[in-house]
Amino acid sequence: MATDAAAPILTRSAERSRRTARLGVRTIALGYLGLLLLLPLVMIFYRTFEHGLGSVWAAVTQPHAIHAFWLSIELVAITVPLNTVFGIAAAIALERQRFRGRGLLGLLLDLPFAISPVVVGLALLLVYGRAGWFGTWLTTHGITVIFSLPGMVLATAFVSLPFVARETIPVLREVGTTAEQAASTLGATGWQTFWRITLPAIRWAVVYGVVLTTARALGEFGAVSIVSGRIEGVTQTLPLYVQDRFENFDTTGTYAAAVVLALLALATLVTMNLLTRRNRGTG
Amino acid sequence: MAGIGRGLITIYLSIVVLLPLAAVLARSADGGLGAFWRSVSAPEATAAIRLTVILSLVVVAINACFGTLIAWVLVRDEFPGRRIVNAVIDLPFALPTIVAGVVLLALYGKGGPVGIDVSFTRASIVLALLFVTLPFVVRSVQPVLIELDQSMEEAAASLGARPFTVFRRIVLPNLAPAIISGAALSFARAIGEFGSVVLISGNLPFKTEVGSVYVFNQIENDNVSAAAAVSIVLLLAALLTVGVFNLVGRRTFSFGH
Amino acid sequence: MAIEVRNVDKRFGDFVALEDVSMTVADGSLTALLGPSGSGKSTLLRVIAGLETPDRGEVVIAGEDVTLTPARERGVGFVFQHYAPFKHMTVAENIGFGLSVRKRPKSEVAARVRELLGLVRLDGLAERYPSQLSGGQLQRMALARALAPEPEVLLLDEPFGALDAQVRGELREWLRRLHDEIHVTTIFVTHDQEEAMDVAEQIVLMNAGQTVQAGSAEDLYERPTNEFVMSFIGPVNRLGDDAFLRPHDIQILAHDDGDATEALTERIVHLGFEVRVELRLWDGRAIWAQLTRERAAELELEEGQIVSVRLGAARVFA
Repeated sequence: MATDAAAPILTRSAERSRRTARLGVRTIALGYLGLLLLLPLVMIFYRTFEHGLGSVWAAVTQPHAIHAFWLSIELVAITVPLNTVFGIAAAIALERQRFRGRGLLGLLLDLPFAISPVVVGLALLLVYGRAGWFGTWLTTHGITVIFSLPGMVLATAFVSLPFVARETIPVLREVGTTAEQAASTLGATGWQTFWRITLPAIRWAVVYGVVLTTARALGEFGAVSIVSGRIEGVTQTLPLYVQDRFENFDTTGTYAAAVVLALLALATLVTMNLLTRRNRGTG
Repeated sequence: MAGIGRGLITIYLSIVVLLPLAAVLARSADGGLGAFWRSVSAPEATAAIRLTVILSLVVVAINACFGTLIAWVLVRDEFPGRRIVNAVIDLPFALPTIVAGVVLLALYGKGGPVGIDVSFTRASIVLALLFVTLPFVVRSVQPVLIELDQSMEEAAASLGARPFTVFRRIVLPNLAPAIISGAALSFARAIGEFGSVVLISGNLPFKTEVGSVYVFNQIENDNVSAAAAVSIVLLLAALLTVGVFNLVGRRTFSFGH
Repeated sequence: MAIEVRNVDKRFGDFVALEDVSMTVADGSLTALLGPSGSGKSTLLRVIAGLETPDRGEVVIAGEDVTLTPARERGVGFVFQHYAPFKHMTVAENIGFGLSVRKRPKSEVAARVRELLGLVRLDGLAERYPSQLSGGQLQRMALARALAPEPEVLLLDEPFGALDAQVRGELREWLRRLHDEIHVTTIFVTHDQEEAMDVAEQIVLMNAGQTVQAGSAEDLYERPTNEFVMSFIGPVNRLGDDAFLRPHDIQILAHDDGDATEALTERIVHLGFEVRVELRLWDGRAIWAQLTRERAAELELEEGQIVSVRLGAARVFA
């Protein structure tokens, strides 16, 4: 009898201690995120705008800042389409075809995730630089790769290579091959099947991969830093501009440019979340 | 057509990835094993490599704990704003690394509002690495936790296990592969991290100079062979962890899903 | 168009899916590929369609060797097991796909789609998406889609497998009538012997990657060439090592007329029209007999009763 009466009380106290534990865990987790992510981000926005919009506007409309911004956009405009086409082709090759070297392709596709951007820069230098493998040939043919746009494109393409393929492969696997087979029995050619059946099925994964590729391409620092030569107003991208302003003790300029990049990153996050929701809606 | 496609893939991969990496390998081996060893065992290089590995391990340990904790809170807890917190986790992936450095300096640097100044210390490197590697463990563990059958935990509780025992004996073993693969990814990333560290750490040789910064400085000083040798060490460390990651096999990681 | 398959082998790794398979299908006929799961019937269908390439042997359609012809050039309509709808297209776009990839004029495609929607009774659903259709409607859409390019051969992989019993019955009936109407050479795969017997003119029975027997339903039931055919098509009692007897060939007699043997009724199961009597023979062998309801009532059978039984002629396979 006594135990019967005690049971609910015990449960209630257990319930209370469980709730306390849960609250504690939540506080620790959110506190960690707040201190590491959120507060610093809020701080930079506060620091940027604390002296009013005027100085920020003046900082971001500096000719070199504007040039850096458009150069970053140009890099994105070249590398993202390249990596998108490559990513889709690589995903289809890895998921739909059997061939020798398939394992190697998968491995190479993962490599950029594991390689330091600085090593990427060095690697490109050693192949396309003046003293590099193709250096002499490139010089005699009047092509400059390093310290100019082509080298920066290569560096950006390297670091943002895997995203489209890695996002597309699981979706390709999930949608399976029967719809593609059905299209072929109905007389569709390989191209027709790709454009009308495969691509519509993987389109959201591709878009998601494109968003990630864009974010990575826009923000790349280390590799581009090495291959660009950081020539102000010529090969200086927006992230390089941030460093340049920082090293010149131009706090306003640093924060203003950083905030522009942070806003682009936030836009990326919002897009990613809208896409995830959209995927859930149609899938 | 499939053949042409594969040919183009191969050419593109060769131009962008394969040839450059081969060049690093070739350059590091240029002067033979002796020269390679001399480059790697130069005091400053050794100090930078050691610092990178030790700090990366510290970061991985913190990530494994807090990453799991955050994943747990995001999956099992209910509180207002959970969806937004979930979205914010990916911020370090979206934010350029140089901006991450600037952002951390704004709060924890000289003249910051909290009155601490971590700049030019090893703590600042840990902070920067924690920032950029935050999503890996969280995003590895999250999907596994979502799929984890809660009736298992209820069964353990009904058998008299206390909540912490349930976590340690039931939940943790199921999450372990995901935690390990997330940790391996953070390690690979931390080993090579450059942009977020370069502003905040001050890059003082023997004190706060990490491997990637050392490589960068060697390139700037036209000491390309030394840069290549240390690059190979960093590369091997990263590849080894990616190998572990593939060996553990559970490729649960996915960006933001 | 007549179809001929000659000595086809197909392996997947170590698994032998088809081994020396040959079969002939007459022009305009309706054939069932019947067999247990894993017998290779779906693989054979896919080989005929060009979705798999055989390791050896030939596929001949209308006298032409098409073994190496890609699927899209074979003029074969294929209905997939789970219909493989194009989820991002409407019903009309699905049905018109085969014509639009051939770059036929829009008006022609629209007219043909309209005609087929009528044929498969999906009028009014043209603008729906596959996710808005029932299983039976999806099935008919898949069929219309396969028929749109006017294939010479129609292949269906487990066409009724994923449907509930009532819809399945209706569609069976409808497929047979459709075949009478359009006379396209048709092969369908099924693991359901009743379905094969109900719909097909010819049944090709497969087991373990080989064709076992081909013929009409009556042929296979009355003149099985081996034990597998006999036990797969219809119920069977095993008497000895290789002696088999249909349950309806066992008679239970009211009076012993001399050449009968004795048996104990262990269980009597009433299945509506049919009554199933489980018997134990004097030598301990268990068999069962199939009686009509009337016959069972006449005999006043009870469980645990000794009855006289006359066994018909058993079929012996050496």
